[in-house]
Amino acid sequence: MTTTDILEGRKAHIHEKGAVPFNIACEKQSVAGSVSQRACVFCGSRVVLYPIADALHVIHGPIGCAAYTWDIRGAWSSGPQLHRMSFSTDLQEKDVIYGGEKKLYQALVELIEHYRPKAAFIYSTCIVGLIGDDVEAICRRISAETGVETIPVHSEGFKGSKKDGYSAACNALNQLVGTGDTNGISPLSINILGDFNIAGETWVIKDYYERMGVEVVATITGDGRVDDIRRCHGAALNVVQCSGSMTQLATMMKEKYGIPIIRASYFGIEDMSKALYDVAEYLNDKTVMRNTQNLVRDEVSKLVPQLRKYKKDLKGKRAAVYTGGAFKALSMIRSLRTLGMKTVIAGSQTGNQQDYARLQELSDEGTIILDDTNPLELAKFLEEKKADLLIGGVKERPIAYKLGLGFCDHNHERKIGLAGFEGMLNFAKEVHGTVTSPVWKLAALHRKDVWSATSRQHRQGDES
Amino acid sequence: MALLRHTTDDVVERQALTVNPAKTCQPIGAMYAALGINRCLPHSHGSQGCCSYHRSTLSRHYKEPAMAATSSFTEGSSVFGGQANLLQALNTIFSVYDPDVVAVHTTCLSETIGDDIPQIADAAVAKGFVPEGKCVIHCNTPSYVGSHTTGFANMTKAMVDYFSTSTSEDKIADQINIIPGWVEPADMGEIKRLVKMMSLKGITFPDTSGVLDAPLTAEYNMYPKGGATIEQLEATGDSAGTIALGPICSGPAAEALQNKCQVPQNTLPLPIGLRATDMFIQTLRKYNGGNVPAEITAERGRLVDLVSDMSQYFYGKTVALWGDPDQLVSLTQFLVDLDMRPKYIITGTPGKAFLRRIGEVLGDGVKDVIVKQGAQADMLYIHQLIKRERVDLLIGNTYGKYISRDEDIPLIRHGFPILDRIGHQYFPTAGYRGAMRLCEKILDAFLDRQDRDAPEESFELTM
Repeated sequence: MTTTDILEGRKAHIHEKGAVPFNIACEKQSVAGSVSQRACVFCGSRVVLYPIADALHVIHGPIGCAAYTWDIRGAWSSGPQLHRMSFSTDLQEKDVIYGGEKKLYQALVELIEHYRPKAAFIYSTCIVGLIGDDVEAICRRISAETGVETIPVHSEGFKGSKKDGYSAACNALNQLVGTGDTNGISPLSINILGDFNIAGETWVIKDYYERMGVEVVATITGDGRVDDIRRCHGAALNVVQCSGSMTQLATMMKEKYGIPIIRASYFGIEDMSKALYDVAEYLNDKTVMRNTQNLVRDEVSKLVPQLRKYKKDLKGKRAAVYTGGAFKALSMIRSLRTLGMKTVIAGSQTGNQQDYARLQELSDEGTIILDDTNPLELAKFLEEKKADLLIGGVKERPIAYKLGLGFCDHNHERKIGLAGFEGMLNFAKEVHGTVTSPVWKLAALHRKDVWSATSRQHRQGDES
Repeated sequence: MALLRHTTDDVVERQALTVNPAKTCQPIGAMYAALGINRCLPHSHGSQGCCSYHRSTLSRHYKEPAMAATSSFTEGSSVFGGQANLLQALNTIFSVYDPDVVAVHTTCLSETIGDDIPQIADAAVAKGFVPEGKCVIHCNTPSYVGSHTTGFANMTKAMVDYFSTSTSEDKIADQINIIPGWVEPADMGEIKRLVKMMSLKGITFPDTSGVLDAPLTAEYNMYPKGGATIEQLEATGDSAGTIALGPICSGPAAEALQNKCQVPQNTLPLPIGLRATDMFIQTLRKYNGGNVPAEITAERGRLVDLVSDMSQYFYGKTVALWGDPDQLVSLTQFLVDLDMRPKYIITGTPGKAFLRRIGEVLGDGVKDVIVKQGAQADMLYIHQLIKRERVDLLIGNTYGKYISRDEDIPLIRHGFPILDRIGHQYFPTAGYRGAMRLCEKILDAFLDRQDRDAPEESFELTM
């Protein structure tokens, strides 16, 4: 790793397993001037609340914040599609000088009358925080006048990182929790927290729980509904997947309603099975446990033979994982192992000490662990570690391709579900497709002298 | 389709609201323009989110890495100002990423705080953070003014403000500046090709060809080969003339260059379509002694030939268009020349001049056209219009796909952003050859539709 030029301030964010005792810096602001892959508070709250499909999501700010978050999440809804519209107060210079409160009020009156949403989330952006619009007061007034609960989301971009946006989202959600009727909820019930129904994944998970005989009260927020969230405090258990975004809400509910929390991951055979067994064990019901055993056995026995053909080609290939949260990276490493692959780089944008400690425990010697990396650093490590695959998000994709290696999106732009047992099969297919793609052989010809390399290949072809 | 069932055909006058915008904000335009300088790292002076969104959107559109750094504002920076962040950022950038130019643009946050970028950049020089021979340029791009197109214009003008130098009163007769406007890298390449064919030495800026359509080499280059170099940008002051393509995106830079270095400017429409390309070639003739090579005349002739072959399919077809003002003016002209009828023309970018320019292009012959600009000229509005009276074709960016699906009207993707198709970064729509490609796309849409909808007995082999 010495051949990589690393910025002094970044050194502490990079760890090579085995080289030195584990100690990684994380949960810090990116160094100013770095080409960080991170986003802002607004982004964090927006992506978390976004999938609530029957709520109005209004962005109070200049047009960009609304335009860039318009229908980018692929969070599917089984019913209303209101969340996919882009509503903005489109602040102009004079609004910045005189304040945007009137405009926001007017916009909300028009929107609520037209769409009659179940609730409305009003996101404050950087500029709103700066000019000091009293968004909270306007929300109170609108709630009183329209009867539609209008919730401010304090998501001024500069107030921290994406993670602080998760917290703003949890605070907003907490206003809904506890306001609905919990009659008729089964004692064998859970909430699914921190799954966003990318490519229908929440449906897959919900189906498993229902097959186990467990009632799912609310899915927060994938395919989310306001009324479900209002009554989710009636559930017996909170099952949290994306811990970064949803632990705070679960903790609030634990303190207020005594609902225990289980952490889960739905990616890969091991983690998926464990999640279901953990829930069954907690609910401590014989039928549920039996159903769970049957479900896992059926699904795994169906899945494993289907994985074989992919595994054959993927054995020994090397992967790099760079995800938003670090918990997901753990599942990725296990899933890649299931496919016979080795993870050589593992990193995240927002992991904490505990996450990274577990990540390095799970990793092989020599694995590079990265916090809040930048493209230059990432590209260098990908080359040094001779990765065949990068798992990441939209900004990482073209970097992998330019280097001539495979890529798998494990963020918003996924078009196929990767969660659950069927998701594992999709994952295997996708990884297989990209890692073994013939295009990388063509790309490799580029590495040196493309023309002499081509003619050499042709000669070899002639001889055989 | 459930997604758009909310859209009704009654057009409700809105005062305070933009729904599904037909524009975005200034900084992304500044970032795109800055990527058209060789070895330049754009820098976003504000919160991390802005930079992240702009890079993601550019990456999605161009399918390329879009590099940019950020000042990573915190709550402290928004209270005490972003000077410390920018100083640290410049130090970091030059020591780690080693660009030749850092192009700083502001965001609504840093703009409202009132950070003085040139003063901070000077302080960075004084502290030794900016190595010898490297430069920091800047422009102001608050998100609550203009749109992405004005951001592009501001950064392009900054290139003139910072670099253009006049070394002598005598201008170089065969050297001209081309400001291509916000078009695809392929269009910039096509424009450069035409200038070269006209035997002129062109300096094109910004120039994203080679940067955002870089080849795959199995190596990662933070700074691909393309882009206008500092030397080229400096030399613009000695050119015989400037051709600014598109008054909104390119006009301000051309004007600045005229004032600063007395380089006479010609502001033209973007050379999209036949007549706009004619105007471009005619203007180039002023600088090359009046010669048009036979090959260019032949290209024009091929375009006219193609149009004549298929003119029956263009005749009278109605179109709804949305996007950037400079693009819309040239597209509208071309559609009128193809005997088609633009019906709704929408841009979120504010500016009354657009209405006048579109009016000139439409002339007296084309009636019943609704043209709207500004905050409430958005995708909801255009959809409401279409619901009232439909059109045969949609031309605009990817966001039109919902309307296309909901109303079953073919969509030709053109403009920015295109998030769900490829090719736009490689295949130009500028120039005569680009116009041929536009024709192909339009015809494909109509003829595919006709083949799909034709009853068995009238389904035919030839068309």
